[in-house]
Amino acid sequence: MKILTANRLTDGIAVWYADGGWVETVGQADLAHDKAAEDRLEAIGAKAYADNEVVDVNLIDAEVVDGVVEPVRLREKIRAAGPTIRGDLGKQAERAA
Amino acid sequence: MYRYDEFDHDFVQARVAEFSDQVQRRLSGEISEDQFRPLRLMNGVYLQLHAYMLRIAVPYGTLNGKQLRMLGHIARKYDKGYGHFTTRQNIQFNWPALSDIPAILADLASVEMHAIQTSGNCIRNVTADHFAGAAADEVADPRPYAEILRQWSSVHPEFSFLPRKFKIAVTGAERDRAAIQTHDIGLHLKKNAAGELGFAVYVGGGQGRTPMVARKIRDFLPEADLLSYCTAILRVYNLYGRRDNKYKARIKILVHETGVEEITRQVEAEWQELKDAELRLPDADIRAIQAYFAPPALTDRPEGDQAVKLARLDSKGFSEWLDQNVVTHRHPDYAAVTISLKGIGEVPGDASDSQMEAVADIAETYAFDELRVSHEQNLILPHVARADLKAVYDALVDIGLATANSNLISDIISCPGLDYCALATARSIPIAQEISQRFASLERQREIGELKLKISGCINACGHHHVGHIGILGVEKKGSELYQVTLGGSADENTSVGEIIGRGFSSEEITDAIEQIVETYLGLRLNPQEKFIDAYRRVGPAPFKEALYAGETKAA
Repeated sequence: MKILTANRLTDGIAVWYADGGWVETVGQADLAHDKAAEDRLEAIGAKAYADNEVVDVNLIDAEVVDGVVEPVRLREKIRAAGPTIRGDLGKQAERAA
Repeated sequence: MYRYDEFDHDFVQARVAEFSDQVQRRLSGEISEDQFRPLRLMNGVYLQLHAYMLRIAVPYGTLNGKQLRMLGHIARKYDKGYGHFTTRQNIQFNWPALSDIPAILADLASVEMHAIQTSGNCIRNVTADHFAGAAADEVADPRPYAEILRQWSSVHPEFSFLPRKFKIAVTGAERDRAAIQTHDIGLHLKKNAAGELGFAVYVGGGQGRTPMVARKIRDFLPEADLLSYCTAILRVYNLYGRRDNKYKARIKILVHETGVEEITRQVEAEWQELKDAELRLPDADIRAIQAYFAPPALTDRPEGDQAVKLARLDSKGFSEWLDQNVVTHRHPDYAAVTISLKGIGEVPGDASDSQMEAVADIAETYAFDELRVSHEQNLILPHVARADLKAVYDALVDIGLATANSNLISDIISCPGLDYCALATARSIPIAQEISQRFASLERQREIGELKLKISGCINACGHHHVGHIGILGVEKKGSELYQVTLGGSADENTSVGEIIGRGFSSEEITDAIEQIVETYLGLRLNPQEKFIDAYRRVGPAPFKEALYAGETKAA
């Protein structure tokens, strides 16, 4: 399964594509289960890049754990949570707040 | 220290205005990311995992209290309350919004700072010995030459689009604290038999995926020829350096593939065309720049000896800090102080906004308003009267920056790694923290003695692992982090590249492996004075391999 991720142009914050827009947490990201869905997400990413909403657009591997979308690779897990050495920073801190 | 003249002010202001306009045009969608990317990189703006990152230049690692206080202000106002000092003697902020960067650059310009040429295929921040101007063993302060190189290389039209980035370091002492042999050009300021100043010139050092020790191509270059000779080197590189393959584009590959004799011949031939022309440095110009770096007026403070003696008796912590973090100054009543940014279990090189402000206060009160950033990611107070050392120590204790571990195993260089960096393949900071905690006991660290441990989270080697006495390289293997160990690297006047000791270790195993290496060293050293690196050079890798892997061989 794949999800679409990028960084927001204005502040560089990591975002994921969910339900028609870019959101700051990965949990509800739109999942692509097949090639056609991946192509659709890719096209959305390309348009958002061209429209200067986001940069560094990527389709990444994801899985669903307890009903929540999670990236597979460590790199993407860290992007989704924040630095592992600073639990007080990044998305993980916002979730805790 | 150097102060901007009218030209510098205008130049930096013009760049702030230009880049602010470029940011506005990017945010409004007038220019695309493909167009903007090289522009933002020229101004030190990267995109990392969580956000943009801004790298700010600290020329040759020298700054004053006002500048450090401004960095603290930027950390608080625009970032998340901290900054990260780097191995290029710079500082990076990990969370700035692109839309705030024009305001940050304007704030920086108000204290004569900028982020120009902290990225891109140009000549990067010139680094220097962090004890420059204070060290008892230097022939002259190398920073005036670093400043001359900065002025020459700033937006140099011929050298702004090199095959790859280009790094220069300068030292003024025999004992190399600036790692000059790991640089594209390394300059060793020295005197010839006639007492004249000049440079031994090294080229082609570097780390990354192909580590190389620089080769000396000239034993003595008169100081007046600094720019003409560097221009000759850069011209040869710009002409023949490979542009077809990013991984083979550094000058080290050109030197290696061409051969040092032929490169030397080419440089010398080019130099013959340049040496008597306008790049020859007039003596008056060198002296004018040197005047900016005139040492502070160090009045005699002979009461320091007695004060230090009494304070030692009074405080074990002070005594240990004095032994480890305080070094001899050229003036007997003074000392140079290393402020460790490597507290046990802390992030190497990080300092909070309030720590930066407090250190700025200390520098202004006790250290003639002078500070340095070391390439080992610490801060330095180069001139402190010995009589004031206890007061400085007490002030550092108050802000948690009095860890007495300079040059010990917990004084670790670490890149940001996968916790921040978009290029990283593994985390490095948590490994540094765990090793630091494992060796938390200062008594044990001192028993081990000088040991340079350096960690990189990818093959680009920003954490200098190749030249660590113990180096750790984090890679990704089958989806997990794996840590490869190298031994025997060194970045001083006897620079060497470490050798891979064997199979890598998981994140759970790596600290045990490091401990085993250290214990092996303790067991085989001839006496407590034999440092880790000297023992390794004497015995080679075999005993360490045996200690780490013998069980496996037998099992297999």
